[in-house]
Amino acid sequence: MSAYVNTQAVAPDTTVPKSQPAIRFTDLRSSGEPFAWILGGALALGCIMIVSFLAMVFWNGATTFVPKEIQVVTMSNGAMTAGEATRTELYRPQVLDFQKLTPTQQNIITENDGFASRTLYRVGNFDIYNEDYRWISDFEVTKIEAPKDILLAERVEWGPLIGTLKSITVDGEIILLNSVNDKRFANIHDVSRERRERMSEIEKDEIGGINHQIEQLRLNVRRVELAEGLNSEAFAKAQMTLEAQVGGLQEKYKKLADEVLQLRDLNKRNTATFVEIGRQEKIVQMDALVRIYPANDLDVFGAIGVYLSRWWEFVSDEPREANTEGGILPAIFGTAAMTLMMVVAVAPFGIITALYLREYAKQGRLVSFVRISVNNLAGVPSIVYGVFGLGFFAYVLGGSIDQLFYPERLPNPTFGTGGLLWASLTLALLTVPVVIVATEEALSAVPRSMREGSLACGASKWQTIKYIVLPRALPGIMTGIILAMARGAGEVAPLMLVGVVKLAPELPIDGFFPFVHLERSFMHLGFHIYDVGFQSRNAEAGKPMVFVTTMLLIGLIFALNITAIVVRNRLKQKFKGSQF
Amino acid sequence: MNTDVQSLTFTDTIYHVKRGGQGAVLEINNLDLWYEAAQALYNVTMQIEKGMVTAMIGPSGCGKSTLLRCINRMNDLIDGLRIKGEVRLNGEDIYTRGADVIALRKRMGMVFQKPNPFPMSIFENVIYPLRVDGVTDKTVLEETVERALKGSALWNEVKDRLQESALGMSGGQQQRLCIARAIAGDPEVLLMDEPCSALDPIATAKIEDLINELAGQYTIVIVTHNMQQAARVSNNTAFMYLGRLIEYGDTETIFQMPKSLRTQDYVTGRFG
Repeated sequence: MSAYVNTQAVAPDTTVPKSQPAIRFTDLRSSGEPFAWILGGALALGCIMIVSFLAMVFWNGATTFVPKEIQVVTMSNGAMTAGEATRTELYRPQVLDFQKLTPTQQNIITENDGFASRTLYRVGNFDIYNEDYRWISDFEVTKIEAPKDILLAERVEWGPLIGTLKSITVDGEIILLNSVNDKRFANIHDVSRERRERMSEIEKDEIGGINHQIEQLRLNVRRVELAEGLNSEAFAKAQMTLEAQVGGLQEKYKKLADEVLQLRDLNKRNTATFVEIGRQEKIVQMDALVRIYPANDLDVFGAIGVYLSRWWEFVSDEPREANTEGGILPAIFGTAAMTLMMVVAVAPFGIITALYLREYAKQGRLVSFVRISVNNLAGVPSIVYGVFGLGFFAYVLGGSIDQLFYPERLPNPTFGTGGLLWASLTLALLTVPVVIVATEEALSAVPRSMREGSLACGASKWQTIKYIVLPRALPGIMTGIILAMARGAGEVAPLMLVGVVKLAPELPIDGFFPFVHLERSFMHLGFHIYDVGFQSRNAEAGKPMVFVTTMLLIGLIFALNITAIVVRNRLKQKFKGSQF
Repeated sequence: MNTDVQSLTFTDTIYHVKRGGQGAVLEINNLDLWYEAAQALYNVTMQIEKGMVTAMIGPSGCGKSTLLRCINRMNDLIDGLRIKGEVRLNGEDIYTRGADVIALRKRMGMVFQKPNPFPMSIFENVIYPLRVDGVTDKTVLEETVERALKGSALWNEVKDRLQESALGMSGGQQQRLCIARAIAGDPEVLLMDEPCSALDPIATAKIEDLINELAGQYTIVIVTHNMQQAARVSNNTAFMYLGRLIEYGDTETIFQMPKSLRTQDYVTGRFG
C-alpha cells in the first residue's frame, strides 16, 4: 500500500493516468461507504432516543416514591410555608408585582433580563389551603429551614398533610405527644388501621355476599316470572322463598352493619391533632392515616422503609383520591388478564387463517386480494376497532346473549356493554393481521424438502402440517404473537369504548359464582396513565404517578415479551443443527 | 453444442434386453408431462424390473427427476402441472381418477437430493411412516427402528443415541437415516433422487455400498448424474435427454455398446 503512495508522491502526473483513481485514503469513499455512516448514524439516533426515553421514564418512576425533604420557607412578609420542593423554573414577574418589590429585589431581576426564579412546593393540607401546590419566588424568601419535627402524613382523603404532631387522643383521653416514633402512637395507629381493614372486609366481602344472595333471589323470581308468568305456581313458590330467605339475610345484614358502625365509633375516639405551619390545628382520625413519617428526621433505613412500603402499596392496593394515590393493582390485573385473553383469542384465529391462506388456498388473485386486505387492516385506526367492538361485540353479540341467557337482569346489561371479554376480542381483531402475516412468513420459510420428505412417507397434508410444518414454523409464529401482544398491551383508544373504566372496584375474579366475570368492566394501565395525567383534579399531583404507571406498563409488557421470547428460543434450540 | 443437439432428430427409444426376470413392478406407458405450457417429458415408455436397481442418467434438465417424481406422484404438489399417459404399479394405474395418493406413497420410499431428516429424534424420524399410519405399539416401533437402521447400515453408529436429535448427525449419516426412514414402511419400490449429490466421497461410497446391499430386497430406482455411480450400482440404466427416453437396457450394454450416438457421447463424457 505504502509503495503506491510513494510512487504517487514522487511522480503524480506521469505514473497514474487521470482516469484511474488513486489508491489513497483521501476521502470517506476510499475508507468505507458513506452510506454506512449515514445508516449507522440513523440507527444510533434511534437508539439514543429510545434509551433516553426509557431512562427518563425509569428515573422519574424510580424516584417518585423516595421520601423528600420538607422545607419550611420564611418569606419576606413573615408568612411561612412548609412543603416538598418539586421543581424550579424561571418566569417573568408581572409589572404590578414587580413594582411592589424593594429596589434591591428589582435590581436583581433587572440584571437577570427581567426573569425571576421560583420553586413549586407541594404544601399538602388541601382541606385547609384549598391547594396542593404553591409557587414561591426566590426573591420572597428570607430563610429556608428543614426542622426535624415536621411530619408528612398520607391520608385516605384530602391528600397529604404536612405539619407537626401536637397530641393524640386514645379512647377520648388526650396524650400530649410530638413524635410519631413513640410506641403509643404506633400501637394506636395499628389498632385503628386494623379496625378499618376489618370494616372494609365486612363491607366488601360479607355485606357484599349478602347483597349478592338477595340479588340472586330477586333474579330468580324475575326469571320464573318471565318463564312461567305472574300467576303460575312456580312464581308464587319463588316469591315465597325470596320472602322466607330475605328476612334472615336482612337480619344478618343488620348485624354486620351494626358491627361496622361499632368499629367506626371506636375509631372515631382515636385521633391525632396536627398543627400546620400557619398554626392551624387539624384533627385527623388515626385510621385515616395511611403512612406518617418525619421527613427531615429519617435515617437511611427509615427512608428505604418508606420507599418500599409506598411501592408495595402501589402494586398491591386499590387506588384512592381519584387514582392519584394508592395502588394500581386492579389496573395491573386488568392489563395482564386482557392481554393474555387476547393472545388466547388471537393465536388460534390468526394461525388457522394463515394456515388456510398459505397451505390450502389456491394461490391466485382472490388469495392475493385477501392478503392485501389483511395487511391493510393493520392500518385501520384503532379507535375504529373500538367502535366496531362496541357496536358488534357489546351491543349485537352481548345484547343477544343477554336476551337469551340473562333476560331477568334486563334492562340492566350483563354482556350487553363493554367488558373484559369484549375488550380482549376487540384487541384480538386489531392484532390478528400481525399474527397472520408473521405466521404466513413462518410457514413459507419451512423448507420444501421437509414437506416433501413427510409427504413421501405417506403422510397426508394435515399430518405433514401437524408433525412437520407447524413445529418448524412455531418460533416464527411466536414472534408474531409477541408482536401482537406488545401492540395489544399498549393500546388504549379502542379500550375506552369497550370496557375500560376509570375505577373498577370489582376485579373480574372474585369469590362469587362463577368466579370469573368476563362481562365486568376493568381498569387498564394505559388508560390509567391518561386518566391520572390528564383527567384528574390536580395534574401536578398526577404527574409522578404517570411516570410510575408508565414504568410499570413497560415493565409488564417487557415481562410478557421476555416470557414469550424464552419459549421461542427453547423451540428454536430444537432446529439448531438443521442444514437448511 | 446446442445447435448440434438440435440438429439431431429424435427417433423412438432404443430398448435393449434388461436384467431381471421377476417381471415389471412399474410400467410407464406413453407418459407426457407439461409444466404450464412447457413440455418436460415426451412419450416415455419403460418397465422397471422387480428387485433390480434401475439408474436414470442424463444431463441436467433432461427430466429424469421429473420422471422419478411421477412414480410416487410427488409432482402433484406443483401447480400447473399436467400429465398424459399412465403409470402402473403392479398393474394398477396410479393416475386413475380417485386413486389414493397417500396409500400409493406408503407403498414407496423416497430419498431426496439433500438429506432431509425431520427436526425430531432419530427414533421418531425412522418411525415417521408408521406414526402417520397410526401405529402406536411400542414393540412394533422398536423392531422397525432396529430393522430399518440395520438395513441402512446406521444401527451400530446410533443405537445408543436414538433419542437424540437427528439434526446433530453428519450429512452422510443423515442421508442414511433418510434411507432408513424410506425403508421403515417396507416399501415395494425405493426411489432415490440423486441421493449422493450433497455428500462427500466417503459418505457417497457408504451409500453406494448400502444400495448394493439393499438391491436384493427392494426394487430401487435411482436418479444420478454421476455415470460412474450408475455403472457401479445399477443393473439397468435408462438414458434420458431433453425429456425423452433415448436408450434403456442393462447397464453394461448402455455403457459399453450403446446404439444411440447421443448415449455414446454422454457415457463417454463428450457432453453433459
